Amino acid sequence: MRLTLRVWRQPDADTPGAMVTYAVDGISEDMSFLEMLDTLNEELILKGDEPVAFDHDCREGICGACGVVINGDAHGPERTTTCQLHMRHFEDGDTIDVEPWRAGAFPVVKDLVVDRSSFDRIIGAGGYITAPTGSAPEAHATPVPKPDADFAFEHAECIGCGACVAACPNGSAMLFTSAKVNHLNVLPQGAPERETRVLDMVAAMDEEGFGGCTLTGECATACPKGIPLPSITAMNREWLRATRKVAR
Amino acid sequence: MENTADSTDGTDSTDFTDATDTKDRDEPSMNRTAHSAHFDYAAYTLGEPIADTRAPDGPVAERWNRRRFEAKLVNPANRRKHTVIVVGTGLAGGAAGATLAEQGYHVVQFCYQDSPRRAHSIAAQGGINAAKNYRNDGDSVQRLFYDTVKGGDFRARESNVHRLAEVSVEIIDQCVAQGVPFAREYGGLLDTRSFGGVQVSRTFYARGQTGQQLLLGAYQALSRQIAAGAVEMRPRTEMLDLIVVDGRARGIVARDLISGEVSTYFADAVVLASGGYGNVFHLSTNAKNSNATAVWRAHRRGALFANPCFTQIHPTCVPRSGEHQSKLTLMSESLRNDGRIWVPLTAGDRRPPAEIPEDERDYYLERIYPSFGNLVPRDIASRAAKNVCDEGRGVGPGGQGVYLDFADAIARLGRKAVEERYGNLFEMYERITAEDPYEVPMRIYPAIHYTMGGLWVDYDLQTTVPGLFAIGEANFSDHGANRLGASALMQGLADGYFVLPSTINDYLARNPHHDGIDDSHPVVAEAVAETEDRLRLLLAVDGDRTPDSFHKEIGELLWDHCGMARNEQGLRKALDRIPQIREEFWRRIKVPGTGEQLNQSLEKANRVVDYLELAELMCLDALHRAESCGGHFREESQTEGGEAARRDGEFSYAAAWEFTGTGTAPVLHREDLVFEYVHPTQRSYA
Amino acid sequence: MALATRGTDQRPSMTRTLWGSTIGKKTVMAVSGLIMLGYLVAHMLGNLKIFFGAPEFNGYAHWLRTLGEPVLHHEWALWILRVVLVAAVVLHAVCAYQLSRRDRAARPVGYAHKRARATYATRTMRWGGVILALFIVWHILDLTTGTAHPGGFQPGHPYQNVVDTFSTWYGNVVYIVAMLALGLHILHGFWSAAQTLGVGGAARERALRTSAAVLAFALTAGFISIPVAVMTGVVG
Repeated sequence: MRLTLRVWRQPDADTPGAMVTYAVDGISEDMSFLEMLDTLNEELILKGDEPVAFDHDCREGICGACGVVINGDAHGPERTTTCQLHMRHFEDGDTIDVEPWRAGAFPVVKDLVVDRSSFDRIIGAGGYITAPTGSAPEAHATPVPKPDADFAFEHAECIGCGACVAACPNGSAMLFTSAKVNHLNVLPQGAPERETRVLDMVAAMDEEGFGGCTLTGECATACPKGIPLPSITAMNREWLRATRKVAR
Repeated sequence: MENTADSTDGTDSTDFTDATDTKDRDEPSMNRTAHSAHFDYAAYTLGEPIADTRAPDGPVAERWNRRRFEAKLVNPANRRKHTVIVVGTGLAGGAAGATLAEQGYHVVQFCYQDSPRRAHSIAAQGGINAAKNYRNDGDSVQRLFYDTVKGGDFRARESNVHRLAEVSVEIIDQCVAQGVPFAREYGGLLDTRSFGGVQVSRTFYARGQTGQQLLLGAYQALSRQIAAGAVEMRPRTEMLDLIVVDGRARGIVARDLISGEVSTYFADAVVLASGGYGNVFHLSTNAKNSNATAVWRAHRRGALFANPCFTQIHPTCVPRSGEHQSKLTLMSESLRNDGRIWVPLTAGDRRPPAEIPEDERDYYLERIYPSFGNLVPRDIASRAAKNVCDEGRGVGPGGQGVYLDFADAIARLGRKAVEERYGNLFEMYERITAEDPYEVPMRIYPAIHYTMGGLWVDYDLQTTVPGLFAIGEANFSDHGANRLGASALMQGLADGYFVLPSTINDYLARNPHHDGIDDSHPVVAEAVAETEDRLRLLLAVDGDRTPDSFHKEIGELLWDHCGMARNEQGLRKALDRIPQIREEFWRRIKVPGTGEQLNQSLEKANRVVDYLELAELMCLDALHRAESCGGHFREESQTEGGEAARRDGEFSYAAAWEFTGTGTAPVLHREDLVFEYVHPTQRSYA
Repeated sequence: MALATRGTDQRPSMTRTLWGSTIGKKTVMAVSGLIMLGYLVAHMLGNLKIFFGAPEFNGYAHWLRTLGEPVLHHEWALWILRVVLVAAVVLHAVCAYQLSRRDRAARPVGYAHKRARATYATRTMRWGGVILALFIVWHILDLTTGTAHPGGFQPGHPYQNVVDTFSTWYGNVVYIVAMLALGLHILHGFWSAAQTLGVGGAARERALRTSAAVLAFALTAGFISIPVAVMTGVVG
């Protein structure tokens, strides 16, 4: 396959960037999107140009490091991560636009690399169960009904890639935050911190400068792990409940 | 049983000469380009034997308690004054960082990724073992201990493995308390499944994403400590050297991957939790950026490197699709619970799988190993796959693959049940290959997956450099020559949550608050200068080959000669070739850009520098160990049935190598393995 | 070792929590929107009395002023309602404005590759809201105060006033466009408010979507029926 790529190039956070056009040839349809970018980069290095910087690591769709906006879609046309998107979903001769996640809370670091540390701070604000090592009771002391365990798991699948924020016209992190809130709040182990968790995480989310939710549903459409939109509704419910219970 | 220098030299398949005096052990690192090819790297010398002096003696089941009791403690009020550096945020590092901070230590933690949540432990699929015996199927700490020692082909320490089995029980409790959503039965209790190499059901899992869920548990605990200010997290910062002052590990040299700045960080102890070195093979199931630099630099600074040739080849990976392949993807071993592995009976049978009738299929694992069947340990399953492919019976492009067929399971359990168990794996497979495994059997082939070798550590997980600890896959301690499925997660978390936090106290208490050191210390200045020089040189060569091309070359060389099966001739060939590649590297490497920016080519090239040295040690270790054991299969040492033949009389030891210079023959220190509880036998899974 | 990682003791008041949070502001919008929605249903039903002729319609308008008597003074009920509605409109608009500004700031740089996102109703919430706000101003100046009324405004004779307004082309255009905007606004707004208040979910998804569609259609059709009736001479 022969493709035309238009890639966002930006030397660093403080220098303005622009879309730059590259032609790549000899692309196999079995390549992943990142392997296609590898091919481009190998050529660029040999020409003495700087390769396109992009985040990636596991290339199995689980670490959440990779993620670019492909033709306007976070992670591209398939519902998966960029590393698991294969070139068979494109046609020979296509022009493909590749851009970084765009959000105020995800400043561009270089080219397609963005800073997602705001997600870590949201988790730090309450996305955990306080259980210092050694303090745990026997695992079978508290049975968890299977539906609750499954619900928790479905939300715990979030990989923190940021596609939800990138896809949201408001740059909102509601889906990411709600996934963690729902995962932990449904479990009996998470109950003691149920209220503080949701209040603190939502406050942290707001503080990081993410936008509000207008329920466009773009986040859930882009989510490679299929975190559903009702996840946000469930968090709203938790938040209102907590506001009533905890606030003075 | 005592191994002497003579007995090694006298082994039938190798003939090593003594180290010559001509080599310059103080060879400056920048001169490596000129010299390395001229010395006989394989002419290693035998140093003093090494012993694990920290392990208490007495009954194996009481040793861990004894060690914990005998270890000195640090007063809680004083812990704040101790700084511990933790490199890596995977299961071992994340758990250790969180736990040490909970105990009150000041932790400075590093990862090269943008977030601690991305460490490659996240990709572990199948599960985590624990001797809970919830199934009432005869499991116990004793049995997990036994299975692990046997699974490791009797090349692991009994004391360590027993401790691992004991702690396994606590890990599950800890993770459940953190909210890890393990699979549960309808009654609300935890579900388990079986894994390769064992006959009990002791593997706890969270669909096919157990590693992810366990890692997120550790990450969340770590995040809590970061938010509380107890852990100073340094993401996108890569350790490039170890600082050893007066014989003690006192800090690291690390590069901020965004600004390119090389800085120093000081501490009272350094913990390496940087994972394994499987990426030396270029194509592996490791994350693309997983690397060996932290452990290799520690090795260069004096930490012995043990059993580097013990690498695990995972039998169930998606076969490669072409030259562009950047990494290999694992399909969880748990698939072997329900999938049946087969190839056509006759070589060269190119019919689609559906057209091959039942009696023309060879379910070779079930045939050769009737009692374990498809659930034989990984090394055995991998080698069997290689054998049938070598016979020309492999399937798929290039004949490098075997079928993993779910037709029976779907008929027996229904598609829904299969989907529930393996849905995400099937989906992943379909994405990669565009084939639907519900309809067509999966094609799988072995790939490098895990490295049992690593930095030599004692019972306290301390390396031979005082104050330097290695945990998780970075050390060599618990898996011997082969790791059982679902045991990596167990070991990582055992080390991180329970073992290291109980043993590091002892070191910190005995070595209270050193005098402050800073960048002006000559050792520190030298380490920084060396690192900066290396990076500068990489940028200055301006050759005509990319870092990736060298990585590929060294990886292919290793896979061919130090992969699933090894022999003296191949290993010698690789040992001849590696110095040449190294020399070519420093002549032809091309790294665009500067060092004062995010420069992923520079990061890559710098990692390849270390691979080019590590690969050499792996080949030498494989050459010197003329026996077969676990993942290390020497063609010269096999039974009549083609199974690995261990030679306990000569090789019942851990090989700990001492670095003497790039390309110069290392010194071998042997740690004899003593088996008091599990008597070494020829492993049999038939 | 107990570690105080949360400031559990110092929680702000509920008002502050609500006003200080994006979810809180959305809650304010949801509640105020539902109040307005409830009013619109009553308003639309009252409007339909126009089909029973001038005396009944004017009588209904008069009754609204006497509502609540003798407990309340003349027109008090109406003024209370007006105050509540103004408060709802203001809160709804202020929150919308603040959230919109925040949302824009959260996406300072757009994508070079543009593509339509979300449904039409969702995308037009903001402009629809602005259209409705302008419409409300015109609507009050037209039919409540009479300031912008075409021809002579007659207090106490709403029937004639309505006929006057819908006898102008621009009166019809403005009104119909606004009502279509209203329909779209409710279509997404009602469902969205339910999600914000946490009453949505997989089980109720269909019921909520259907209710939103029915409400949006009924209100739009009910309101638009009046200018159509005036134009076609059914009312006049």
